[in-house]
Amino acid sequence: MSKYHVNEKGYYGPFGGAYVPEMLYPNVEELQQKYLAIMEEDSFKAEFNELLRDYVGRPSPLYYAKRLSEKYKTNVFLKREDLNHTGAHKINNTIGQILLAERLGKKRIIAETGAGQHGVATATVCALKGLECVVYMGEIDIQRQAPNVARMKMMGATVVAAQSGSKTLKDATNEALRDWINNPVDTHYIIGSVVGPHPYPDLVARFQSIISEETRKQLNEKTGKELPDYVLACVGGGSNAAGMFYHFLDEPSVQLIAVEAAGHGVDSGESAATTALGHEGVLHGSRSILMQTPDGQVIEPYSISAGLDYPGIGPQHAWLYKSGRGTYVSITDNEAMEAGLQLTRLEGIIPAIESSHALAQLEKMAFQPEDNVVVCLSGRGDKDLDNYMKYFGF
Amino acid sequence: MTTNNIFTDPEKSRLLSIYFTAGYPTLGSTIDIAESLEKAGADFLEIGFPYSDPVADGPVIQHSSEEALKNGMTLEILFTQLRELRQRVSIPIFLMGYFNPVLQFGVEKFCIACKEVGVNGVIIPDLPMYEYEELYRDVFESNGISNIFLITPQTSEERIRKIDQLSTSFIYVLSSNATTGKQLEVNNSASDYFTRLASMKLKNPLVIGFGISNADTFRKATDHAKGAIVGTAFVRLLAEENYAEKIPAFIKALK
Repeated sequence: MSKYHVNEKGYYGPFGGAYVPEMLYPNVEELQQKYLAIMEEDSFKAEFNELLRDYVGRPSPLYYAKRLSEKYKTNVFLKREDLNHTGAHKINNTIGQILLAERLGKKRIIAETGAGQHGVATATVCALKGLECVVYMGEIDIQRQAPNVARMKMMGATVVAAQSGSKTLKDATNEALRDWINNPVDTHYIIGSVVGPHPYPDLVARFQSIISEETRKQLNEKTGKELPDYVLACVGGGSNAAGMFYHFLDEPSVQLIAVEAAGHGVDSGESAATTALGHEGVLHGSRSILMQTPDGQVIEPYSISAGLDYPGIGPQHAWLYKSGRGTYVSITDNEAMEAGLQLTRLEGIIPAIESSHALAQLEKMAFQPEDNVVVCLSGRGDKDLDNYMKYFGF
Repeated sequence: MTTNNIFTDPEKSRLLSIYFTAGYPTLGSTIDIAESLEKAGADFLEIGFPYSDPVADGPVIQHSSEEALKNGMTLEILFTQLRELRQRVSIPIFLMGYFNPVLQFGVEKFCIACKEVGVNGVIIPDLPMYEYEELYRDVFESNGISNIFLITPQTSEERIRKIDQLSTSFIYVLSSNATTGKQLEVNNSASDYFTRLASMKLKNPLVIGFGISNADTFRKATDHAKGAIVGTAFVRLLAEENYAEKIPAFIKALK
């Protein structure tokens, strides 16, 4: 494994590890010891691949966006994770983890969710497998994301309001961890991003790595080259970016661009631009870069995109940032909304506002006409219509 | 300056420790609460420093932590208070909290400050054994600060033995795998667990925490261990009016 992947101790450079209380140690240790072996089993791979193909609808297309390419005078390809079942890349991970949970003999699934996309993807796979599902969601997010709450309930999940702290994603994650502490034996926690204690960042990245695995093949078919010049993806916790980068990490010719949410502006006090504003810290079981006060209290981030307003980033991203392998930039609410509308008008695709952040970065870069640029279109914008309507006054 | 010898003194038994969150219910209440606890007969203290994301805690201690942060409590302020507190309180004091505030304060600076103000040890639930050994053990030990490890009914014997090797004051035994504030039930499995621990002949004394809230649970826990810790029940008392007057009766009722 290269230096950009996790080492045997669970670290990416100085980041990662498993900073969990002893109450979680047996659960985390069980996962650490078993996840790779289970993922290597032929029966696991066969079922995973079959579900990705027949249930999720993979491979997701790599679409040459002609009019967008004309606009930026280069070749822009969109990796269409928005076309997956449930509308985003999140399902790649929940399919993988539900199969893992089954093989670990777990009967009960818990998850955290912010906007509800990961909650829906988890409720979906629990319905598929007939497992009990409890989703923790911040009380404020429950109010903001009623359709996703309804979806989860329709699929039989119990949605529990996280009422602690700021009542959003970070607190939903705390509540899920507390649930796991209190139910150590029968429960598997499906974390939705490349965050949390080792081995979560690695196992989620592996399940999402299908994105870049397919991209290499598809780009080769279309252009005769496996390697793009640039790949772009948005980063909240960072799971779609981790999947989009995975098979390019050791290809130095490929520039990896990670786009964070600047909210109202990096210096506005209302932002989620973690690498710009954060410092090394420990949250939710791993050491990474974290938005926090000088006293080490976690700051509640802001972005118009509910999927990007997380105060940290996964430890692998922290390492890609610190080592210089990745370029970490940020895009404001306004820039993202304009880019979302532009894609809709040029290509007839309404992107999730999260993905619009990655698209907006195109505007800020200078490309050569022969460059191949891949943008991970991590999710579709149906869930964001309210926001788009309010913003543009449709 | 105090010593840890209450933990090794064979004459001492049924040690009572009380947990409370620094800066709760008011920023300045830390010192008076500690002083009343000592006068009332507590044997040692655990003073919590607040964190925004206390994952091992139930609602009562979470709330106290949130309020303490609103009151402006920080590690800097706490160490200032502890300096004054040590003039008035001589029983052992352990700080308890999460790792991130310590990391931002600076781990070495934190250990030095603990030593200077006379803190005996620290309990940091989310600083695991591997990270402690690899990165921080030297700085804790060179400053004479005990790092207290937790064990649960799920902790393996091998791991308990390793924790025993690394520990220097006591081992913090969780009565069950749970967040703070759940009632202790000394049923057969808990009793078997305590008996199993006793039979391991560990070099460190055991102190049982989580779920101890009254005389009955305190007595049952200390049938099996050197001492026990009351946290949530005491923090709940601090939410009451005139809590200061009620502290002596609270401690008397436990012992």
